Formats: sequence, C-alpha cells, structure tokens
Amino acid sequence: MANLVEIRGLRVEARTDSGRRVEIIRGVDLDVAPGEILALIGESGSGKTTIALTLMGYARPGCRIVGGSVHVDGHDMAALPEAARAALRGTTVAYIPQSAAAAFNPARTVMDQVTEVARIHDLMPPEEARARAVALFRALALPEPETIGARYPHQVSGGQLQRLSAAMALIGRPKLVIFDEPTTALDVTTQIEVLRAFKSVMKDSGAAGVYVSHDLAVVAQVADRITVLKGGAVQEVGATAQILSAPAHPYTRALLDAFEPAGGPRAAPAPSGRPLLAVTDLVAGYGPIGRDGRPAVTALKAVSLTVERGDNLGIIGESGCGKSTLARVIAGIIAPVSGSIAFDGAPLAPGLRARSRDALRRLQIVFQLADTALNPAQSVGDILGRPLTFYHGRRGREREAGVDALLDMVRLPRALRHRLPEELSGGQKQRVNLARALAAEPELVICDEITSALDTVVAAAIIALLGDLQRELGLSYIFISHDLSMVRSICDRIAVMYAGEKIEELAPAAFGQAGTHAYSRLLHASMPKLDPGWLDGLAQQAEPPAWPAPAPAVP
Amino acid sequence: MKSQIPSLVLGRILVALLTLLVVSFTIFCATELLPGDVAEVLLGQAATPEAVAGLRRAMHLDEPALLRFLRWLGGLLTGDLGTSYANHLPVAQLIGGRLVNTLKLAAVTALISVPVALATGIAAAVLRGSLFDRIVTALAIGVVSVPEFMVATSAVLLFAVYLKWLPALSFTSEVQSVWQLLRVFIMPVITLSFVISAQMIRMTRAAVIEALSKPYAEMALLKGASRLRIVLRHALPNAVGPIVNAVALSLSYLLGGVIIVETIFNYPGIAKLMVDAVSTRDLPLIQTCAMVFCLGYLALITTADILAILANPRLR
Amino acid sequence: MDAVPARPRLRLGYAFDPIGVLGLAVVLAWGLVAVCAPLITPYPVGEIVDLDYFGPITGQFWLGTDYLGRDMLSRILMGARYTVGISLAAVSLACLTGVALGMAAAVVGGWFDAVLSRFLDALNSIPGKLFGLVVVAGVGSSIPVLIVTLAVIYTPGAYRFARALAVNVNTMDFVTVARVRGEGTAYIVRHEILPNIVGPVLADLGLRFVFVVLLLSGLSFLGIGVQPPNADWGALVRENIGGLPFGAPAVIVPSLAIASLTIGVNLLIDNLPRRIRDRSA
Repeated sequence: MANLVEIRGLRVEARTDSGRRVEIIRGVDLDVAPGEILALIGESGSGKTTIALTLMGYARPGCRIVGGSVHVDGHDMAALPEAARAALRGTTVAYIPQSAAAAFNPARTVMDQVTEVARIHDLMPPEEARARAVALFRALALPEPETIGARYPHQVSGGQLQRLSAAMALIGRPKLVIFDEPTTALDVTTQIEVLRAFKSVMKDSGAAGVYVSHDLAVVAQVADRITVLKGGAVQEVGATAQILSAPAHPYTRALLDAFEPAGGPRAAPAPSGRPLLAVTDLVAGYGPIGRDGRPAVTALKAVSLTVERGDNLGIIGESGCGKSTLARVIAGIIAPVSGSIAFDGAPLAPGLRARSRDALRRLQIVFQLADTALNPAQSVGDILGRPLTFYHGRRGREREAGVDALLDMVRLPRALRHRLPEELSGGQKQRVNLARALAAEPELVICDEITSALDTVVAAAIIALLGDLQRELGLSYIFISHDLSMVRSICDRIAVMYAGEKIEELAPAAFGQAGTHAYSRLLHASMPKLDPGWLDGLAQQAEPPAWPAPAPAVP
Repeated sequence: MKSQIPSLVLGRILVALLTLLVVSFTIFCATELLPGDVAEVLLGQAATPEAVAGLRRAMHLDEPALLRFLRWLGGLLTGDLGTSYANHLPVAQLIGGRLVNTLKLAAVTALISVPVALATGIAAAVLRGSLFDRIVTALAIGVVSVPEFMVATSAVLLFAVYLKWLPALSFTSEVQSVWQLLRVFIMPVITLSFVISAQMIRMTRAAVIEALSKPYAEMALLKGASRLRIVLRHALPNAVGPIVNAVALSLSYLLGGVIIVETIFNYPGIAKLMVDAVSTRDLPLIQTCAMVFCLGYLALITTADILAILANPRLR
Repeated sequence: MDAVPARPRLRLGYAFDPIGVLGLAVVLAWGLVAVCAPLITPYPVGEIVDLDYFGPITGQFWLGTDYLGRDMLSRILMGARYTVGISLAAVSLACLTGVALGMAAAVVGGWFDAVLSRFLDALNSIPGKLFGLVVVAGVGSSIPVLIVTLAVIYTPGAYRFARALAVNVNTMDFVTVARVRGEGTAYIVRHEILPNIVGPVLADLGLRFVFVVLLLSGLSFLGIGVQPPNADWGALVRENIGGLPFGAPAVIVPSLAIASLTIGVNLLIDNLPRRIRDRSA
C-alpha cells in the first residue's frame, strides 16, 4: 500500500440530547503518505478532531463510527476489536492533545507518563525508555532535560507541557502522529517555540502527521498538504502553497479573507480639545494591600493612556500582562490602588458605587465570552430591554421598538428577541452582547477580547460590524486583544503591554519597524504569517530579540 | 511549595477546634437555656418555690448564661464531667465502659464495610453500565432511602424470624464463647454495615467515574492503556481525596446509625445510654454524650481533610 | 457573515422518563392521602376494632392490626399526615432560610459571609439524631418543636448548597455587567441570580425532604418524635416493635410506607423532566 493512511467513506454519528442520531462526519476520504504532514482545517463543529480521533479507532462518548474504513498502516481501525486497537495506540499512531495541561495526570510525574507507552506495550526496558525520553526532551529544546521528568505537571509551564506531550507521543516511535490543535491555547511567542520544536522532531523521526487546527497561518508552517473541512465534509484538498495562493472553494477563500480582517475606511476623527478618556498612573492589583501601599499581586504598574473622541485605542499583550485588569479598572469593576481616570474632562470615581448612572451609561464594557456574559435565564428581548428601561426609562411599546432597533443595528433578525441565549450561535450571542452595550447609547465601548473565542470568519464579521457601528454612531473603542492582526485592523493607536506595564504606544503601521521596543518587535515577529516559509525564515534570522521569560499569570 | 502543607493542616485543626467551641455552645444552649427549668424537673411533684430557688442557687442556675457555659466548659476540659441527675454517679464512670462497647461495635463494622464498600464502589465504576453496576447502584439507592430501623428490622425478620439463624435481640449479660460474642455482634454489625456501605459505594463510584471523565483518562486510553490500568493507575490516584472523604462521611453516619441500632438491639453502648438519659432528662449525662459524639465526628472529618491535603499532588 | 437570518427554530421540549413519572405518582398519592386522611380511613384511628393483637392481613383488616388491636391501614393513612406534613413544613422552612441566607452571603460577601458560613458549618457537624435528642431532652417534644428542630438541622446544608450555586452565578460576567450598569443588590439577587439557581434548589429540596423524613422517622422510633396517641410512621414501628419476633405486618408496613415515599422522591429527583435542546434540527 502506497499510503500510510487511507480513509474511505468515513461516517460518524453523534447522539443528540433527545436521543436522535445525527451524522457529524458525512463520507470523508483522506490519504496520508508515509512521512507526509496533512493538515485538517476548519472551524469549530467542522469535524476535524473527530476525524483525527478515528485514526486511533476512537470516537468520543456519544459518537460512533457507522460507516467506511480507516486504514492506518494496513489495519482498519474502524473494524478492529478494542484490544487490537489498543495495541496500535501509542505504537503505530500517537496523539498530541490540545491542552497538555489537562491531558497530563496531576498525580504522577512527567517522566512516569512520558515513558508509560513503553511500559504498556513492553517496547523497551525502563532505563532505555528513560534515556530515550531525555533525548527527546533535549531535541524538543526543553530546559533541564535530565531532571524535568521528575517534576509533576503543575510544576511545568504550559508551553513546556505541550512539548512534553510531543515526547510522550514520540517515545513509541509511531508511524503517524496526530496533533490536535496543540498550540491554540498558547501565547504567540510561546507558540513559535513549540512549533519549531514540533517541526524539528518530526523531521528527525520521519513520522507522518495529521495536524488539526483552525489557524491557516500555523498550518502553513508545518503541513505539506491542507484539507479544508466544513460541516463534516471535505471542501477542498491541495498542496499548502496552492491552497494559500489559489484557493478553489469559496469557503477556503472566506477563511483566507478573514485572516486580515478589515474595519473598513473611516473618516479621520475630528480633532477636539480634550481627550474622551485620560488615564494617569493607574496602579491596581489583587490581594491584601501591604504596608508599602501596594497589593500582594500587582497587575498594573503606573499605566497612563488617553483616548481621543472618535478614536480607537488597541491594547495588546500576552496572557498575564494586565490588559484585562486595565479594562476592569477603567470600567470601575476593580478599584485602583492609585492613579486617576478622567472621562470627557471630568474625574471618574474609582469604584462603581461612587459613579453616577450617567457616567456608567457613557462608558460600556463588552466581555470576551458571550456564553457567560448573557444571563441564560433571560430572553434576548429582556437582556436588551433592561438597559433601555434602566438608563432611558423606556417601557412598553417604546422599549419594544428600542429592542428592534438594536437588533437591526447589530444585523440580527428581529425574531431572535424571543430566544434564550443558548438557542443562538456563537456569533449571534456576541452580537447580542454588543447590542446590550449599545443600548446604553455609550460614547466609549471597551471590548475585552470579544473576538478571541470566535471562529476566524465569524470574528472578521464582528470586526466589520464594529467599524460600521462606529461610522453610524460616532463611538470610540478600546479594543483589547492578544491578536495583533485583529487590533491592527480597527485601531488608530496600539498600546503594547507587558507584565503590568505599558511599554509603548504605536501606530498600527509602525509595528515591526526599527526603533520600536524589542518586545513589540518580538510580538510582531511572532504573529504567524500566511507564508509557508515564515517560521523557517524566522529561524534563519538572527535570534529573536532577547526578552525575559513571560510574567507569571495574574489570577 | 513545601511549606504549604503544614500551614494547611494547622488551619484545618484550628477550624476543628473553633467548630468544637461553637458546637459545645450550641449543645449547652439547647439543654440549659431553652425553656424548661432543670430545678423544677429535678424536684418534680415535690417542688415548692423555696426548694426550687434553693436548688437553682446550689446549681448556679441563677448565674448569667455565659458564666455557666464557661464553668461547664472548664469542667469538661479538666475532666470533671459532672454528676448524673438520675443516679448521682459521676458521668465519667457511667460513660467509660459504654464508650468502649460502642467503639468495639464501630471498629468491627468499619473493618468489614470499608474494604467491601470500596472494592464494590470501584468495581461498579469500572463496570459502569453493566448488570453488576446497575444492581449495586439500585441496592445502594434503596438502602440510602430507607430508615436504619427498617434495615435492622428486615435483618431480624430475615435471619431470626424466617431463617432462625440468630436470636432476635442481643443479650449481652454474659459472653462466654466466641459463638456468643458473634451472636451479640452480628446483627448490629450487619445492619450498620449495610447502612454505611451504601453511602460509601455511591460516593466511591461517583469519585472514580468523575476521574475517568477527565482528559488525562482519555489520554491514557489513546496511549493504548487497558481499562484496568486507566482505573488503577490514572483515575484512583486522583480519586483518593474524594474517597477518603466518602469514607469519613460514611463512618460519621455510624454515629447516627448506632443510636438506632443500639436501641433496637439493646446493645449496652454510649448511644443507648444517651437515649435512656433523654427519657430521664439527665442533662449532665446528655451533654457529655453529645460532646463525645461531636468530638468523634469532628475527628473523623478533620482526619479526612488532612489526608486529602496530603494526597493532593498539587500541594506536593 | 455568521448572522444567518431566521435559522429554523430549535425544537424545544421536555423528556420525562417513565421512572420519573412513577416516582411523581407515588409522591402525589401520598400527598393526597395526607390531605384527606380522615375521609378515607376505614376505621376510627384510635379505636380498638379487633380482639386479637398483631392480627394478620385479612379481608377485613387489609394491613392487619396493631399491638392493641387497632386497624393498621387507618393508622398508616393518618400517619401519612404527620410524616409528610411535618417533613414538608420543616424542609420548606430549612430551604427558605438556607436559600435566603446563602444568596445574601454570596452577594454581600466579606465578614457577613465568613462568620455565617463558619457558624452554620459548625452546626452541621452535630449529627442530626443527636441534636434531636439534645433538644428534646432540653425542651420536650411537640410538633412545633419537631418542625423547628428539623429545620435547624437541615438549614446549614441548604445554605451551603444555595451559597455554592449563588457564588458560581455571582462570578459570571452577566452579573458583573449588571453591576457595571449600576443595578442594586436586590435587582441582582432577584433577576440575575435567583432564576439561575431555582432548578437545582428545588431538586435539592426534594433530596433534603428524604433526609427529613428519615430523621423524623428515626426520632419517632426512638420515642422523641411524634408523641402518643398520635403516631407518624416511625412511631408506628416503635409501638409495634414487640410484634417483630412474630413477623407481624404492623412492624413491617410502616417501614414500607416510609420506603415507598423516600424511594419515590429519589426516583423523581433522579429523573426530573429534562429540557432537551436539539441543536441540529
């Protein structure tokens, strides 16, 4: 057989709440040649992980393979008895999970789990397994390869755990490795190190790979060929360069277009005398305040910034840099330890209780996860109607009309007003989340990572909507994100944050240029590009600018 | 990292002591501050107002409540448990032998039911959805939803009335042979074991199933591990905390269970002593028995908490 | 654009397991019996109607007779009143207090929460039967005392449960949004938190009802619950325990009545109607 993997007519069924069976994989054919890396790309619900797991003869609880064949190295994983599948898992096919932090057993040491495959399948003596593990740790550029195995998972960082899970997969010398979104949960600067490590060990091992991801740019760095999935069916298959440069399918084109979202053209803001928001020397944190007047954990260290009326300020940084704390302090949810906030020239009280209703109305915040930001017990109409009543005293028919107008504004059908949040799609929920803030008729909207939980195409549509709304309503945004391309597409100025400090403020076009701060350049360089040579090109460049290890995450 | 465990353990112990203080105050309030004058009760029919007043003074009943509480607490701490109203014997003397009897009963029950229940619970989790699992789960729900006295009376009906293997009630006058000892113990132990095992099985099963639903269990499966290996090597080490808690909680049900079981089987333990004391309103005896029970409960729960802290790998 | 206009409306419905229906039927039946017991008892409850005592099940006495020769069926039907009535009153009182305090603690937080939680946790560490014994020794037994005592015993559990739920909901972003909007505590408790914890709280009430029934029966069995001449199911077992060596129905039947009620509630709680969401209609 020429191909290592041959999937023919694969069909997988899932059981819904009511016990009905739904086909979630509808007749998929796939091939992977020995040593080849194939990417499965698609948004959430496209079935990419389900297909990858069938390569191990496994379907998650509630799912079942109902048709087709999954040949891996000559064995039909769909037809084998469970014991025979178990014998192939770890030895012929290995798996690298999305969240290594969850996939490592907290009660056992890293080394114990990395070498477990060798013990289960009796592949080699324990000393040899340990030696091989240490060699893999070294190849994966892990720190202290000799001793890192003795630690427990909670004593190792997320990026390192992700690399350790690669060692766990490769210890049995598999012919096929499945990567299940292994870098999605990581910061961009960490993602680069992990991708680089994966790429080099895969080259050394000569194993084939199936790389599941929603991120075209990441996939472009590692895959030989790309399969685009949607709704459990293959949309397009092609060599990486061909998919990126000449996509045939409209859905693939939509994915590519979404990569550089556009806020749309905007009239230059009219210059005005005083800034809409001025934040000066803000210090904030968590925990009890110590004798020196600082909190136990300082999340913000003297941050100052201004937003002009009609202007958009982006705030970018990695997890734990304090950007969300900054949003919460400005919104009044967390009182700062020191520093001042002025809104439209007037000082804004530090705590919520001390702010007037009108001050609260003019400044709105939109949270990242619409799932937790919308009360599951209230209908869309109630969620949007409450601020209309609360701030503007609208009741009865006036309030109903206001809800309709808001739904129109965020391009949702009016009929949705009777639905509960759980009956909406992710994108629809985020639009309702946004509409609730607009109901207050605010002047400044703080958007805290509002696109990061959404699929790329959906996120791009939200960004476009923000641009439209700004033109219609004359709003200003503070747009907080870890995704530079999102921020750049909509903001006039971008503040870069690191470890609680604002490092510098740049125009979007200034990113990556000489004379900017080393960390800004690192961030810019770490943003994956749609160019297959990007990662290798980085490696050949001078080492990325030296920068201290990422700050500890703020609780 | 290392220093976290001692402070957590110390914290648990402090909380237990604080709880004990609140508990003793509650017990004191329930018995002495609520309406119902002890002096009148003691003197009964013969109570003249002068006699009642005299007795109140003699018993310090006219002092402020807080002072009386502190006096009582001081007595407890110094080993002065007071004198029984009913027969004027020192409470310590009345309790001593009875406590040993109850502890014997509890120990035998625990020795039998803990291993059986843990094994059954884990087996039910491993064989989840099988006939065995369904029977065990249904039985456990059944036993948990009926009162202890029903388990006891059913045991009597089955073993004594229909099968005639055992006497209906325990007669503890003289125990001369192993067989007699067995006959004294067997019914109370069977009843108590049933009651606490049902709890333990349910909680153990739930803890193991919870651990099996974690991503690391799926990861182990994808490494080719067998079901047995996943349970023993991956799920169990993480279920230790919840299981220890389940054992402690179930053993604390023993405390409630013995009250019924000692009464129904006429077993001379501390619970029977207390039930009898209630009928004579022998307050010093009741207070001390109640404190013994609460102390036992707190010791169990605190030990379980400390074991769970020690078993948590994240604190290692 | 993700906003596909007018997606087909999702099918929403409820699935009610037949076992749950059975549980509900048993619970409703006992409720009905408790309400109209005097109307359906075949014989007067206190009257000696049989010359024999511990009589067997006959066509005349469906459930036999007790230690004095009174009709057991009538006594069981009347006993339902005490068992169901006292338990329901106690559990409602406990849950009402527990939920109110729990939500207040979750929303107010700080010292109020810490002291209240510590105190109720301490109360929780007194075994229920023991607390009953102590209170009855101190104050004597009557139906109001029983209701209050049972309520006090089960309030800490209800409080803990409601507080944990409310704390979870309280950390949700939609509550933060309401705070940032400027809403007061009353609105947040009433509109944002309560609707999201009502379901589990009601299920918890059912489970706690089972515990209360068991504890009440246990206390009555010990002779410190419902006092003669009245009798709940636990007291009926106590009265007739002398019939145990003969296997008299008078000892067994009250236990079976308790078991049918508690198992019925358990079946109902485990198989509550589930809202089904069929995403891919």
